[in-house]
Amino acid sequence: MSGFSLILRRELALSWAGGGGPFLALGFYVAMASLLPLALGADPARMAGIAPGFAWLVLALASLLSLERMFERDFEDGALDLIALGPAPLEMTALAKGLAQWIAIAAPLALLAPVIVAALGAPTRLTPIVVTCGLIGGLSFCFLGGVGAALSLGSRRGGVLIALIVLPLFTPPVIFGAGAIEAFVAGLDWRTPLLLLCAYSLGATALCPFAMAAAARNAIS
Amino acid sequence: MFQALVNPDRFMAFSRWAAPLFGVIALVLAAAGLVLDFQAPPDYQQGYTVHIMFIHVPAAFMSEFVYVCLGVASFLSLVFRHALATAAARAAAPLGAGFTLLALVTGSLWGRPTWGTWWVWDPRLTSVLVLFLFYLGYMALEAAIEDETKAARAAAILALVGLINLPIVHYSVVWWNSLHQGSSLLRAGGPAMPAVYLAPLLLMVFAYMAGFGALWLVRIRGEVWRRRAAVLAMRAAT
Amino acid sequence: MSRGDRPLITDFSLTLNAGEAVALAGRNGAGKTSLLRAIAGLIRPSGGRVVFRNGEAEIEPDDAVARDTHLIGHQDGLKLSRTAWDEVLFQVLWSGGATEAAKAACERLGLGRLLTLQVRKLSAGQRRRLALARLAASPRSLWLLDEPLAPLDQDQRAVFGALMAEHLAHGGLILAAAHDPLPIEARPVEIGG
Repeated sequence: MSGFSLILRRELALSWAGGGGPFLALGFYVAMASLLPLALGADPARMAGIAPGFAWLVLALASLLSLERMFERDFEDGALDLIALGPAPLEMTALAKGLAQWIAIAAPLALLAPVIVAALGAPTRLTPIVVTCGLIGGLSFCFLGGVGAALSLGSRRGGVLIALIVLPLFTPPVIFGAGAIEAFVAGLDWRTPLLLLCAYSLGATALCPFAMAAAARNAIS
Repeated sequence: MFQALVNPDRFMAFSRWAAPLFGVIALVLAAAGLVLDFQAPPDYQQGYTVHIMFIHVPAAFMSEFVYVCLGVASFLSLVFRHALATAAARAAAPLGAGFTLLALVTGSLWGRPTWGTWWVWDPRLTSVLVLFLFYLGYMALEAAIEDETKAARAAAILALVGLINLPIVHYSVVWWNSLHQGSSLLRAGGPAMPAVYLAPLLLMVFAYMAGFGALWLVRIRGEVWRRRAAVLAMRAAT
Repeated sequence: MSRGDRPLITDFSLTLNAGEAVALAGRNGAGKTSLLRAIAGLIRPSGGRVVFRNGEAEIEPDDAVARDTHLIGHQDGLKLSRTAWDEVLFQVLWSGGATEAAKAACERLGLGRLLTLQVRKLSAGQRRRLALARLAASPRSLWLLDEPLAPLDQDQRAVFGALMAEHLAHGGLILAAAHDPLPIEARPVEIGG
C-alpha cells in the first residue's frame, strides 16, 4: 500500500507544481460556458433549458484537457521506467494516477458545475444532482481519459488523438449523467440513471487501470 | 483447418482458394437476395423505399460483427503475439469502418422519406455513429504511432476496451431514446418481420458475411506480403 | 533482439556473477541500451532468456527486477519543477530505501547544499548525481547502468568509482554500457559487430 500512497501523493503534488493545478480546466470551463449565451442569444428561457446538459457536456470536455500530461511527463523524462520497476505494479500506479486526476481536476470541476449551471439560468435547486453527477461521472472521465492518454504515448498527435479515442467511450457516462440531471429537472425518476452512472464509473475505475498499464508497458518497451 | 489459421504459410495457401470462393458465394447470395427483394411487395407504410433496408440492415449488422472480429483478433494478437492475429486485426478495421459508413449513409437515405429529415438521433443510428467513431479512433491511433509493433499493440488494447464498452453504449443509447423501430431482426419472440421480407434480408446478411470473408482474407494476405517485403528490405539494407 | 523490424543482437550469451562488473561496448545503436532494458524486463527479447539465480535456485525475473535491480537510463527521470530533495527522496523511497539513507547518499555524492533548489536550476552533472543517489541509498544487487558517468567530471567519477567498488566488494553485480572507461575493473563485452 505504501507504494500506492507514494505515487498518489507525488501525482497530487505534481498537478499543482506544473501548470497551476486545476485552474486550466476551470478556466476552460468558464470560458466555454461564457460562449453559450454569445452563440445562442441571451434569451434566458432558451438557455435555461439547455444549461444543465450543456454544462455537463463541457465538464466532460474540460476533464479531457489535462489528460495528456497524465503519462506524458513521466514518459518523456524517463521516470516511467523507474516507476515501472518499482514496488507497486503498474496497474496500481495507473489507479493512483487516475485518482489523482479525479481529486485534482474532476472534483474542482464538479464543484464549479452548479455555479455554471446557475449562471446559465437554470434553477439552483439542481445543485445537489449536478455536483453528485459531476463527482461520480468525473471518475469515468478521468479513467477512460487515462486509457486514451496511455495509449497515445509516443504518438505525434497527442491531445486531439486522445479526444478522438476517448470521446466515443464517454457516451455512456454522458448519457447517464445528463439523463439524471434532466430527469431531476422534470421531476421524473433520477435515481435509475444516477445508479447506472455509479455502476459505470465503478466499472471504469476497476478495469481501466489494466488497460492503462498495458498501454504504458507497450509504450516503454 | 485450424492449422491454416495458425501457420502463416498454410494460411496463405488456404486463403488463396478460400478468398475467391467466398467472393463467389457472396455474389450468388446477393443476387438471390436482391431478386427476392424486388419480388416482395412494397411495405404499406414505407413504400418502395423499404428496399434500402436490404442494404442498410445487413450493413449495420456487419459493422458490429466486424468489430467483434476485430476484438477477437486483437485479443489473440495481445495474448499470443501471433503475427497473423495482428494482421487480421489491422485488415478488418477499414472494412468495418466501410460497413459502418454504408449503414449510416443508407440509414440516412432510408430515413429521409420515412421521417422527413436527413438524420434522426434514434438509438440504432446513434449507436452505429458511435461505432463509426470507435473505428476512426482505432485507425487514427494505429496511424499515429511510428513503431509498427507498438502501434498494433496499442490499437489492440483500444479495440478490446471498445468491445467491452460496446454493449454498454448500446444499452445507454437505447435507454436514452427510442424512435427507430425496435430491432426487427433479433427480437426475443422471433423476427417481427413478415416472412416475405425475412428471406431476402437473411440472404443479404449472409451475402455480406461472405463478402466480408473474401475481402478480409484478401486484405490479410496483403498485410502478410507487406510485412514480408518490409523484413526483406530491412535485411537487404543491413 | 530486435528494434522495430531490425534485428539487433543475435547469438549473444552473457553470464554475470556476484562481485563482477561488465562493460558493454559497441557503436551507437548497436543495442546496448536495448540489452539493458531487456534484462530489466521492459523489452521482450524475440528469442532467448534472461535468468536470475541465487546460488543454485532460479529467481522469478519479475521479483528479481522489482526488488533487486537498479536501472539507471540515459535520462534522469527528474521533474524540473520539484526540488532536488523531493525528487531524490521519491526515487529512493520508490526503490525501497529509507529517508536517512537518501540523506546520507546525497552527502556522499556532494549534493548536500543543492537539495533545496529546484531541479531545473541544477546542471546536467548535478542532476545525474541526483539520479545516481538511489544506488547508494537503496541496496539492490544488480546495477544496470546506461552511460552513467557521461556528464560527470573526473573528481565526481572517482567518487562514483569508489561507490561501485564497494558494491562489487559486497557481492553486487554491475552491467554498464559506457563509451568512456569505467573507474573500476570491468570485463569488456562487445555488442554488435
